[in-house]
Amino acid sequence: MEKQRNHPSPLKFWLWFNPIGRQAGGWAYILHRITALGLTFYLYLHLIVLGLLAKGPDGYDQFLVLAHSPLFVFGELLVVAAGILHGLNGMRIALTTLGVSVTRQKQLFFGLMAIAAIAILVFGIRMFTV
Amino acid sequence: MSPAKWNIILKIHRQKQGEAPHFEEFPMQVDPDEYVLDAVERVWAFMDRSLCFRHACHHSTCGACGMRVNDVEKLTCITPIREVTRDGATLKVEPLRNFPVVSDLAVDMGTFYSRMETVGARAVLPVSEAEIENPPTTWDADESQYIRLADCIECGLCISACPAAATSTEYLGPAVLAGAQDQGLKRNLKLLELVDSEDGLWRCHSAFECTAVCPSFVDPARRIMDLRMQVIEERFKRLFRKP
Repeated sequence: MEKQRNHPSPLKFWLWFNPIGRQAGGWAYILHRITALGLTFYLYLHLIVLGLLAKGPDGYDQFLVLAHSPLFVFGELLVVAAGILHGLNGMRIALTTLGVSVTRQKQLFFGLMAIAAIAILVFGIRMFTV
Repeated sequence: MSPAKWNIILKIHRQKQGEAPHFEEFPMQVDPDEYVLDAVERVWAFMDRSLCFRHACHHSTCGACGMRVNDVEKLTCITPIREVTRDGATLKVEPLRNFPVVSDLAVDMGTFYSRMETVGARAVLPVSEAEIENPPTTWDADESQYIRLADCIECGLCISACPAAATSTEYLGPAVLAGAQDQGLKRNLKLLELVDSEDGLWRCHSAFECTAVCPSFVDPARRIMDLRMQVIEERFKRLFRKP
């Protein structure tokens, strides 16, 4: 049974998120997984919120009041950030798969993440000020 | 060579049959320009003869001494102690991940070697056949002449570092896929079904950790990307081929 301890297993999915000893590509992998899970969670949340429409105008109006709270707006910013990070990192994966920038994937990752940081900042400023 | 000695604590993963895995610490004085494998051997020679680990050539040719050193995959025979720790610090040594532990630092590489054979990768090539391979179409010919799969020493560091390999026993893994790429679908079309599968090259999620830890600069991740292009090309051709 001892042989199983170090053996690959679907139950070891938490190792996907272990950042210890990882390098740039590994960080990109972790970020991609976390944002994917976050966006999947949001999708279900979104469907639940849409379901409020079935409860009539009053129920939906109550939700709209909640949707304007700073905490909710911050949550929306997290969704936007996850979408940007996942989308741009996905571009890195698609490009390298097609043989583009394979030997410079690290620089590609950092470049795309710099663009993501600027985009998230712009969205954040607009969402909290407009 | 620096004459100054360092005092370090070698923290080694121990696990015998029937035992739970644990760490044992061995304080020792080392020359920082020695290699990690030298320190491990010193434990075996002077402190604990029951320590089990794999090693042979001591010059990065056999690929036997791959281990995790302070959480990063290293070929311990060419990793100077100076590069991975400092005077007065702890140096943690563990077996490779994603391989069954046989004892202490030794892992079972059997399945990995079998898969390398399945894709036609040979551990040893005759000199007449070890010529510089034809560069894949997506590679620059000038740089690819230095990246040869013949340099792969089957150390398993890439499999250990791969996050996708942590959750699937059936995943072929970076070195095996690199071996398939070296064969090429043009040379061996039978590889198509093997690599274009759930546990083949599409399970790779482009973490590039394999390339980061490869001690022979074989660049497995780049080979996987090239193999994907080969598979896409072949599948595309079949769309327009008469049955």
